[in-house]
Amino acid sequence: MILEAIHIILPILIIISAGIAILLKDLLASAVAVAAMSLLLSLEFYILQAPDVAIAEAGVGACLTTAILILAIKGTKRMEEEV
Amino acid sequence: MNGMTKIVKTIAGISFPFIVIYGLYVIAHGHLTPGGGFQGGAVVASGLALILVAYGSKWAATKIKEHDLSLLESVGAIGFITVAFFGILFGGVFFSNFIVGTDLLFGGIPLAGAADINTGGTLPLMNFAVGLKVIAGLFGIVFIMALAISKKEESA
Repeated sequence: MILEAIHIILPILIIISAGIAILLKDLLASAVAVAAMSLLLSLEFYILQAPDVAIAEAGVGACLTTAILILAIKGTKRMEEEV
Repeated sequence: MNGMTKIVKTIAGISFPFIVIYGLYVIAHGHLTPGGGFQGGAVVASGLALILVAYGSKWAATKIKEHDLSLLESVGAIGFITVAFFGILFGGVFFSNFIVGTDLLFGGIPLAGAADINTGGTLPLMNFAVGLKVIAGLFGIVFIMALAISKKEESA
């Protein structure tokens, strides 16, 4: 029962955090939202019984990608410009 | 790129050994439990990236050069392919697991259920080689990125 609830709630949270990452104008906050999405995605991989993929996703997606994105934001501009 | 505050440096220094030991554990148990060379290497590279961001790229550039990271990555790739070619020499075919079943290190035969760490033949050696390559490669990407940004800040 609890597992079914998690199976429904986690994809909704992943979609919400992905939407937040698109909508935010502050790119640093957007990078943190992408990291949260990666962490929830690794949790989803774990409850779908793929622990191998979950470790890789947590390491690469949640940590290294965020570090590279934050360094790139430091080298450019923080706020997104209106087109 | 300068380092962060003393709080961030202290917390990064405390959590760094745990992250690295967990990553090395995942690499060393790659033939028994979920994970392996790539996954453990990504975890270790995450810990190194944490230290790089906390202490800044100027401090990190005094400790390691990108040339050394490139060398380590090549050592990992050459080690992997050397073990594979030793399979031709001792076992007859490419990637042959010639160590398993002998008295050498990692020579035991893995059985069903809870297996000993001292099993698996060439698989742990290949996991170590892939782990070294992934640590050097993924940390090299972040390190080069930080160096490029610090050079841009200096010129600006």
